[in-house]
Amino acid sequence: MTWQIFIDFLLLREPNVRLVVAGSLMLCGMSAVVGCFTFLRKRALIGDAISHSVLPGVCMAFILTGEKNPLYFLIGAILSGMLSLVIMEGLTRSRQTRPDTAIALMLSVFFGIGIVLLTSIQHSGNASQAGLDKFLFGKAASITMEDIRLFAVSSVAILALLLLFLRGFTAISFDEEYALSVGFPVRWLRFGLSFLTVWAVSVGIQAVGVVLMSALLITPALSARMWTNSLRVMLLLAMLFGMISGYMGAFVSYSAPAMPTGPWIVVVATLLAGFSMMFAPQRGLIAQWIERNKNRNKTLEENILKLFFQIGEKTGNSLKPVMEEDLFNYRAFSNRQLRRGLRLLEKKGLLTTSLSAWQLSREGEMEARRVVRLHRLWELYLQQYLNLDPDHVHDDAEAMEHVITPEIEAQLDELLGHPSIDPHNTIIPPRI
Amino acid sequence: MSEILHPSIEAHNLTVIYHRKPVLWNIDFLLPQGQIIGIMGPNGAGKSTLVKAILGLVPLNSGYARVYGEELSAVRKRVSYIPQRQTVDWDFPATVLDVVLMGRYQQRGLFSRISQEDKAIAQQALEQVNMQAYANRQISQLSGGQQQRVFLARALAQQADLYLLDEPFVGVDAATEQSIVEMLRKMKAEGKTIVVVHHDLHTAREYFDWLVLLNASLIASGPLEEVFTDELLKVTYSGKLTVLSQVGDQMRERNFPVRES
Repeated sequence: MTWQIFIDFLLLREPNVRLVVAGSLMLCGMSAVVGCFTFLRKRALIGDAISHSVLPGVCMAFILTGEKNPLYFLIGAILSGMLSLVIMEGLTRSRQTRPDTAIALMLSVFFGIGIVLLTSIQHSGNASQAGLDKFLFGKAASITMEDIRLFAVSSVAILALLLLFLRGFTAISFDEEYALSVGFPVRWLRFGLSFLTVWAVSVGIQAVGVVLMSALLITPALSARMWTNSLRVMLLLAMLFGMISGYMGAFVSYSAPAMPTGPWIVVVATLLAGFSMMFAPQRGLIAQWIERNKNRNKTLEENILKLFFQIGEKTGNSLKPVMEEDLFNYRAFSNRQLRRGLRLLEKKGLLTTSLSAWQLSREGEMEARRVVRLHRLWELYLQQYLNLDPDHVHDDAEAMEHVITPEIEAQLDELLGHPSIDPHNTIIPPRI
Repeated sequence: MSEILHPSIEAHNLTVIYHRKPVLWNIDFLLPQGQIIGIMGPNGAGKSTLVKAILGLVPLNSGYARVYGEELSAVRKRVSYIPQRQTVDWDFPATVLDVVLMGRYQQRGLFSRISQEDKAIAQQALEQVNMQAYANRQISQLSGGQQQRVFLARALAQQADLYLLDEPFVGVDAATEQSIVEMLRKMKAEGKTIVVVHHDLHTAREYFDWLVLLNASLIASGPLEEVFTDELLKVTYSGKLTVLSQVGDQMRERNFPVRES
């Protein structure tokens, strides 16, 4: 039964479904691309304010014309969105209010007026007003052929303009003053980008409604940024994420007509963002967790190797086996840490074990020597260049010595004049 | 003071007022060509604003600035600006090469294609600041010193004659500072003019040929040996002009118009 619905939807069997799917894909994909710039310019809240601010324009368009013409709605929405933006910027520039206050103020004032107008239209007895409230949460399910034409023209025009001015928009997003200094018409570019954003919002609200529109601008951009460091790839990915959200939203609205479309589109977009924030390479939480873990293990392993080397210095033979209980007695590590570190080192072939005694292997001894050398060079550097007392040096040095690369090592060695003694008067093992 | 026949920058009666607070006050000077020029003064003296005023990045309340004797718009291609590193978002999705290629925007404008030649120029600029190995690196992964080098490379890619650097040595390691200074000297040897906003008095004597001392109004502008004197430095840093800023505060508080007319 449910499968039948799904298959019908997938095959776009009903003409109405085709309209809904086409409309949602266009609106969500296009808004997501525009939203990338809103996101990169850190104007997410302004995007939210603009979205709420288009409502009075939509209502006024209906009051003035008495028609539910999508073109009139669009024009009304753009006008009132731009008006709110201009007031917002004016307030901020005149320093009468702070930017955050101006944003919150415009959002609530315009949205409030919009709701007042909407309510008075609904109680006006005008029968043709039915459905106007869909602008609050989106009306993807009731998209008409006339809507689609407007969406298509708008989406194509907005994307084409964005592409055409991509260099200028990128320049003002990264470094506005530099863009001005190379002679770009920054004011016009800023205005153009704002206008495209308002335009995108004014058509996008037909899918998700004014309340949730900003999610459609920002969420796909956020997801896309997780996966890539290239602006172009980011724009494409955001479009893809936006379209997936739109598609899923359209499906929900088809299979359960009582469900509001907008919130479902936003739910899907949010799930995608959550997924991206978890699983993206490098920026994702899991990737970062793995990296942190790796670093922690490296620190632990190097500290244990150091311990073996220091014991070897006392006994005069760094390859001599050390009883496990003696290691625990050093109390430099918790028992659990020590056991884990020993096992990791054994797996790497740097330590060998027999009869509860542990011993450095040949490679282990080399590695331990390298670690101790770095440790003592670093301590000496801290003492000489940062005037840290030898007994203070230890903890600070421990944390940083694990990231010293061979290049930095060479620099340190050079800078310190190829030293052989560290602040504790112990020998710095020479490089092999 | 020495005569300057062909100034790189001329400021005449330059005044900038931000929100009723005078930041620059009647600045008049001629700067020579082919020298390394330091702009110095205490915090809030208007050093960065002066550079921005010359570049037309802030509105002037009166006066004008000329570059090579002409309006800035006529010679913009000969001028390169290196803003303070902290003013941009280094988490922006771009590679080092992307940023350096922005140095070609001036030549290419909004629409012309970035050519292979532009890419070669950008690569060459990266080599000059010793950052060629980082061309495809994400800018978010750079250290402060590397960020400053990237900004310098972007400016070099502009192939300008006049370079204006705003606090290039802030938050930069000593090695990078030295290499930037060497870079600037090389540029000077090629006949470029370099203007540097700077606040460290200790290095000023070593870095600059010409010095502009500023504290809202112009204290002095001239060759290093004439201007770098205890007396002038004392005037610049002693805060004698705090009365001016107090009056500015009063004007702002009482909502006074800036001009009487």
